[in-house]
Amino acid sequence: MFKKFVLSMIAIIIMATVNVVVAGAEDKIIKIDGSSTVYPVTEAVAEEFQKAKKGAVKVTVGISGTGGGFKKFCRGETDISDASRPILKKEMDVCKEHGIEYIELPVAYDGLAVMVNPKNTWVTSMTVAELKTIWEPAAGGKITKWNHVKAEWPDAPLKLYGAGADSGTFDYFTEAIVGKAKSSRGDFTASEDDNVLVQGIAGDKNALGFFGLAYYEENRDKLKLVPIINPETGQSVFPSEKTVMDGTYQPLSRPIFIYVSKKAAGKPEIKEFVEYYLKNAAKLVQQVKYVPLPAKAYKLVEERFAKRKTGTLFGGEAKVGVKIEDLLKREEKGF
Amino acid sequence: MEDIKKRIRTIKFWNSVFWITGLLSTFVGLALLFTLLTDLFMDGSLRLSYKFFTSFPSRFPAEAGILSAWVGSFLVLLVTAYAAIPLGVATGIYLEEYAGKNWLTDIIEINIANLAGVPSIVYGLLALGLFVYFFKFGESILTGGLALALLILPMVIMATREAIRAIPNSIREASYALGATKWQTVQSHIIPYSTGGILTGIIIGLSRAIGETAPIITVGALTFIAFLPSSPFSSEFPFISFKWLFDPFTVMPIQMFNWVSRPQQEFQLNAAAAGIVLMIMTLLMNGFAIYIRYRFRKKIKW
Repeated sequence: MFKKFVLSMIAIIIMATVNVVVAGAEDKIIKIDGSSTVYPVTEAVAEEFQKAKKGAVKVTVGISGTGGGFKKFCRGETDISDASRPILKKEMDVCKEHGIEYIELPVAYDGLAVMVNPKNTWVTSMTVAELKTIWEPAAGGKITKWNHVKAEWPDAPLKLYGAGADSGTFDYFTEAIVGKAKSSRGDFTASEDDNVLVQGIAGDKNALGFFGLAYYEENRDKLKLVPIINPETGQSVFPSEKTVMDGTYQPLSRPIFIYVSKKAAGKPEIKEFVEYYLKNAAKLVQQVKYVPLPAKAYKLVEERFAKRKTGTLFGGEAKVGVKIEDLLKREEKGF
Repeated sequence: MEDIKKRIRTIKFWNSVFWITGLLSTFVGLALLFTLLTDLFMDGSLRLSYKFFTSFPSRFPAEAGILSAWVGSFLVLLVTAYAAIPLGVATGIYLEEYAGKNWLTDIIEINIANLAGVPSIVYGLLALGLFVYFFKFGESILTGGLALALLILPMVIMATREAIRAIPNSIREASYALGATKWQTVQSHIIPYSTGGILTGIIIGLSRAIGETAPIITVGALTFIAFLPSSPFSSEFPFISFKWLFDPFTVMPIQMFNWVSRPQQEFQLNAAAAGIVLMIMTLLMNGFAIYIRYRFRKKIKW
C-alpha cells in the first residue's frame, strides 16, 4: 500500500516535471535590472504597463546597481538595463563579446543636490572648486573644519555625508566635482541608503552632504539646499525641475537611461513595453519626483528606438554636464 | 564565631550582587526587544490590513502591499524544507547510528561544525555558481530555496544528532536483543523518539531562513514583482505542476529593504508593517517548535 503510494507520487512528479520542460517558454516575462536611481521610474512604468495589459505580460525589476545591471545585461540575462550613467568601455567590450547589441534610450534627468542643515547660516552658495577642496582624496584628514574651505566660514567641524561607493550617484558626483570617477576622500559617512544621509544632515548643524534631488523634495523641512555656481555662467543656481531641464544647474545634473537589448526588442511584448515607457515617461517621471526630458526629446528618443539605433552616444566614457541641447544635437547627427 | 558570620555575610553579598547583575542583563535584552516591537507597532500597525496582504508592490505607498513577498517567502521556505529535512535528518542518523569512529567521520564532523559558522553570503555565492550557472536553474524559487537549504543544513544535522543522543542506549540494546536489524531499530525506535527534537531544530532553522536576505539577493531575487508564481495545480493531466519552481520571486526582507530606502515617509510605515508580519511569522514558528517539543516529550514513555 505504502509502496504503491510512493511509486504513484514519483510518477506524478516526473510527469509534472516533463510538463514544465515542454511548456517552459510560454510565459511572457520582461526582465529588467540595474540602477537603484532609475528603479522608481521603471517600477512606475512596469506597474502601469502590467495593469494596462491585464497581466498578460509580466515584468520584473531588480536593483543590482548600474554596473551590476550591465554585467547581467551583457551576458544576455536581462532584456532591459536601468543605468544612471552611460555604458562604459569595458562594459561595451563584454557586450560585444557576448554578441549583445543595445539601444541606448535616455528617459529622464536627475539632479544631485548638495545639502546642509537648516541651522547653517553661513553657506549661501558654493563653487565647484570649493566642493572639490572638500571632497578630493587629498582633503582626507586635512579639511576637517569649515574655515579650512573658506576663511570667512566658522571654525566648526565639517561633517560629511555622501552616497556609498557602489552607487552611480557616487560615481557621478566624484566625476563632476573631483574630475575622476570614484576618486574621493574616505573619511565621510557613506551609505547606499539615502534616508540615513537625510537623518544625518538633519541632525547635525555642521553637516554637508549630497544625494539625489528626489530625497530633498521629500524632506524639504529638514534640509537646506545649497545653490551651486555654474562654472560657465558664474551664476548661482538652485537645483529644481526647471534648472535641471534647461541645463543651467550644472555640473550636478545628469540624464538617466534604459538600455534595451536589440534582440529582445524584436519580441512584440518588449517592443510594446518600451514604446509604453517612452510615451508615458513624462507623466510618470514627475510622479516619482524626477525631471522629465522636454517633449521634443522624447519624440527623438522614440524615433531612435523605432529605427533600432544601436550603440552609445557617449563613446564609453563617463561624461559630466551633458546638456539637453547637446543630447539633441547628438541625436540629430545620428540620424 | 564573628569570623564565620562575617564570611557568610560576604558570601551572601556576592550572591546578591550576581543575582542583580544577572537580572539587569536579562532586562537589557528584554527592554531592547520591547522598544523595537513598540516602535514597529507604532509605525506599522496602521498599515496592517487585509488589503496589505493581498496587494502587489506599488509606487503609491498607500496601495503597496506584500502579496508577492509573502507568497515568495512561503514557497522558498517550502523548497528549503523539502531539500534540507531529508538530507539533514539522514546525515544526522548516519553519523550517530551507522558511522564508525574513524578519520573519515572525524573529517565530516569537523566540516559540519565549520559549515554552521560560514557567513550566509558565502552560501549565496555558492548557490549562484552551482545552481544558477552550473545547473541552470536560473534566478528562481528553486535556486533560492536550495541556497537557504544549504544554509540551514548544518543546523538540521546538529539538531538531529542531539535528539538521537538523548535516547538511552538501553532502548537500542533492547531492540537488538529482540532480533531487530539496525534499520528496524532506527525506523521503529530512534526516529519516533527523536522526532520532537528534530522538528524543533528544523523549525528554528526555517525561522532563521525566513529572515535571511544576503544569499537570496546574491542568487538574484527581484525587487519589483507584481505577479504570483504559476499555480501548482493545472487543469490538464497530471493536474499538478512544478512550473512555479522556476519562476522569479521576491521575499519579505527584500521588500522591506526596498521600502526603507525610499524617500517618501509613507514607505517607512509600509516597511514597519512588513517588519511586524515577519516578526509575527518568526514568533509563530518558534512557538510552534516549543509546542511540538512539549507534545512529543509528553508522549514518550521509557
